Amino acid sequence: MCLAVPGKVLSINENMAEVDLDGIMIRTNITLVPDIKIGGYCLIHAGFAIEQIDEDYALETRKYLKEIRDGDPEIK
Amino acid sequence: MATLKLNEKDEVRRLIEVIKGETKGIKKPVNIMEICGTHTMDISRYGLRKLLPPTVNLISGPGCPVCVTPIEDIDRAIEIAVQKDTITTTFGDMMRVPGTRSTLNAEKSKGADIRILYSPEDSLDIAQKNPGKNVVFIGIGFETTSPAIAITVKEAKQKGINNFFVIPMFKTVIPPMEALLSDPELKLDGFIAPGHVSAIIGAKPYEYLTSKYKKPCVITGFEALDILQGIKMIVRQHMKNEGKVEIQYKRIVKYEGNPIATAVMAEVFEAVDSNWRGIGVIPKSGLSFRASYAGYNALNKFKIDISYSKEPAGCRCGEVLKGIIKPKQCGLFAKKCTPEHPIGACMVSAEGSCAAYFKYER
Ligand code: SF4
Repeated sequence: MCLAVPGKVLSINENMAEVDLDGIMIRTNITLVPDIKIGGYCLIHAGFAIEQIDEDYALETRKYLKEIRDGDPEIK
Repeated sequence: MATLKLNEKDEVRRLIEVIKGETKGIKKPVNIMEICGTHTMDISRYGLRKLLPPTVNLISGPGCPVCVTPIEDIDRAIEIAVQKDTITTTFGDMMRVPGTRSTLNAEKSKGADIRILYSPEDSLDIAQKNPGKNVVFIGIGFETTSPAIAITVKEAKQKGINNFFVIPMFKTVIPPMEALLSDPELKLDGFIAPGHVSAIIGAKPYEYLTSKYKKPCVITGFEALDILQGIKMIVRQHMKNEGKVEIQYKRIVKYEGNPIATAVMAEVFEAVDSNWRGIGVIPKSGLSFRASYAGYNALNKFKIDISYSKEPAGCRCGEVLKGIIKPKQCGLFAKKCTPEHPIGACMVSAEGSCAAYFKYER
């Protein structure tokens, strides 16, 4: 339940941001990451951004989440 | 630290060899517990238990908020959901959890107004649009989630919304870790500490544990290489007889955590004794409302009798959550109890140990 996913901030309006979650747009509360800028990435949990992250890592994580969706990446 | 590439099998093999080498010749396996449901799922999904040498024993702990919620809390939430003029809002995970007599899902199909939300904040919108109703959010989760609820409650106060309530069932991670460390039956040697909880609380709260119990706590990320690196760091400390906090997941977790989040939690909530399924009451291991926010506590608003609450017969979730037995040792596992027909919470939640074993390690 504590899984958080990376999203890219597209626009900011006070404490809310429009965030691109790998193609899905969602509204996210950014009270906990006041320094976030448009174009920046954050980690989102339950509609709230909980931490800022750098772009490289955000893209890596998206790949990882895609793997989870697409199948079982058991290591053989 | 360089960004990890995903599923780099060579690196996985190398780490496994390092862990093998470090633990070579030890008499008793190193008992390592993870206390995050996402770690539980990932360890099963990547098949890490099979890859690691027998000198490393991975034990799943009470890391799934749905699973650790005792049945009387589930029953109470269901009873509140069927009250007149009530709209219940909840994370989807709670819908199928069996209470003693019913589930939220069953009550919804019988007509109770129960709505699944992605963000708890959406409850406020619902409350404003339904002034004649009480909107009750089922407040479940660890420190990753509770700041979001704290902000939502503060917002309700600012906007003067007074038909919004929260059932406070929040849990914190450090107190159960201490309870498990002091349990002589378990003999834990170290913890894979949760990555996203620690993004909020930081590394410092674990220092209390490491200085008292001298067992390694390594805050770890969620990819296969993260987890193996975390295990390597724990094993290394263990072999040197050290017990300190280290952060493997540095690309997310800062030593001080997220101070805004911890401040808002401390403003709205205070630590209370809390009952954990299978473990019992752990002092100061839950969060409830401070007096200044008591008006938002659904338990002050609704007086519910749940004296009938009873854990399902034969379900050994309690022992599973403490890591005393593995799910397969429960007589109901994969027979009477499956994800389609779950008996206990550990099989319902996608992150429950029983569900993880059912899906990947049967
Ligand atoms: S397999 Fe089912 S009945 Fe057995 S402990 Fe797990 S959830 Fe409970």
